[in-house]
Amino acid sequence: MAKVVDRSASENTTRVPAGEYVQIHSVVLKPGERAPQVPEDTQKVPLELRLKGYLDHDAHIGEEVTITTVLGRKARGRLVAVNPPYPHNFARPVPELLHIGEELWRLLGARDDRDGREGDQA
Amino acid sequence: MTTSGTSYAEVMARRQDIMKSAVGIDYEKFETGAIAFDYEGMMDEVGYTLEEIHGIQEETSVGRTPLVEVRNITELVRRISAPGKGARILVKDESANPSGSFKDRRASVSVYCAKKKGYPGVIAATSGNYGAAVASQAAKRGVECIIVQETYDSRGLGQPEIIEKGRACEAYGAEVHQLTVGPELFYVFLRLLDETGFFNASLYTPFSIAGIETLGYEVGTETLRATGRYPDAVIVTHAGGGNVTGTARGLRKAGCRHTQVIAASVDLSGLHMASDTDFNRKSFTTGHTGFGIPFATWPDRADVPRNAARPLRYMDRYVTMTQGEVFYVTEMLAKLEGMERGPAGNTSLAAAIAIAREMDRDQVVVVQETEYTGAGKHPYAQLAFAREMGVEVRRGDPHDNLPGRRIVIPEHPSQIHAKEVPLADIRRSYIRNAMSHAKARKLSTEDVRFLAEDTNSTVAFVEGTIRDLEGGEGPA
Repeated sequence: MAKVVDRSASENTTRVPAGEYVQIHSVVLKPGERAPQVPEDTQKVPLELRLKGYLDHDAHIGEEVTITTVLGRKARGRLVAVNPPYPHNFARPVPELLHIGEELWRLLGARDDRDGREGDQA
Repeated sequence: MTTSGTSYAEVMARRQDIMKSAVGIDYEKFETGAIAFDYEGMMDEVGYTLEEIHGIQEETSVGRTPLVEVRNITELVRRISAPGKGARILVKDESANPSGSFKDRRASVSVYCAKKKGYPGVIAATSGNYGAAVASQAAKRGVECIIVQETYDSRGLGQPEIIEKGRACEAYGAEVHQLTVGPELFYVFLRLLDETGFFNASLYTPFSIAGIETLGYEVGTETLRATGRYPDAVIVTHAGGGNVTGTARGLRKAGCRHTQVIAASVDLSGLHMASDTDFNRKSFTTGHTGFGIPFATWPDRADVPRNAARPLRYMDRYVTMTQGEVFYVTEMLAKLEGMERGPAGNTSLAAAIAIAREMDRDQVVVVQETEYTGAGKHPYAQLAFAREMGVEVRRGDPHDNLPGRRIVIPEHPSQIHAKEVPLADIRRSYIRNAMSHAKARKLSTEDVRFLAEDTNSTVAFVEGTIRDLEGGEGPA
């Protein structure tokens, strides 16, 4: 699951030292402030921003902090994660895709025919 | 840099000024009517010849990518085609660009311009490969880079493909602003432009489109060299319109007079692009109808006052493919050609397989792009995520594919089918949008002539459409 923000992290009471690479969260527009053309489901939720940078001062998860981004710019927000991992990967092979290769090679007359060998493959 | 308020209303009210100073083009001077503007004049504003753009791109190792003949796929198509049918299929392997997609071509010219004009950095609003391209080109030229991405739904979940693209931007040193769903991304983007004074490396400036012309030019000239003929058809994955526009312009510059330009998008009909609940049910992040149709029927919805990507001018045909067909073909490309690419960029390959079957064996069809594959940006990751979002994935007849509900992976290559989008309908929508944009202002003869040109139709067609829409009343 490509979930990035661990909301349970807000219960973390560990002190995060200044200089750590962190992620902050802020609300850009509250539900009542969304653009008029936005559909109903999106109207009900805020427009949120997540941004990474280096923590300017010691803080706890969940506190308002300032960070310095990789470009040296300052940004403010709630501290939500310390050096969060990238959650994406290749996942498991998808069974519905597994046999496509064999099927297509069969349509092409199988690989062994092209090698001049009589195949043990169908 | 900020000169006044930063509330949504205040920033949106200043958007024309912000956009103007962020690209250094005075768009107003090209306006010639209520709708009409001097498109070619604006394209000339770029001030670079095709050869100069090749030079700019060579400096940062962009372009001159391999043109690959996919012989096993061509053979497969011939096995399932009528006698004498089954065109040769060639693929321009754009994944060989530095950040792994044709988007490097667009980014290269923008970043070059930004540096030359003395901007301190570049900003791009994109959830696609373009972010990585801008970040990569900015790294090469030592320019600062900010990317604004629509990444998550309100639960903090994002498609693996988008998460990967964000990671790539960070890998190239960009500051990445990751937002939840919504068109107000544009507001955040404008506020950042205003705050930083950075250059708007928009996908839709003349710089960006000129950067793609080299792709069309290479496709034309290299196909001629490889096969002895110009491509009979070039298939272009279509989203915002730049790929179609730049490629077609480049093909013309290469002397391709009779090459059909065919746009192809993944069909995402029924899903709302700004919906928090639909956001993670798309299973595609680009190359889809959610961009393809709106940008074809009204290009000037972009982050610049006038869009240099005007796909209706250039597309001879527009087809859609199902999600399942594109995943199937992505697997086919890996297993039959030893190339892991895409998935989204393989939309045009899926279309090519259907279209090559209609064409003669001695004809040549070119798929003009590929994109890199990686963690997240892979059919396994995208389909696993789709399942987690409640989308059914199964083998079967791709006709049963239903965006957001059911992804149907074909059981046989003969099931791959390119669905026609009637261009006359798209042209009519465009004209309707133009009329509503003009509001009370009467369309002049110049406007009508422009609309004919911009929809690749005729003055008679535009006038007829306007009469129909106005209920019998013609233009002034």
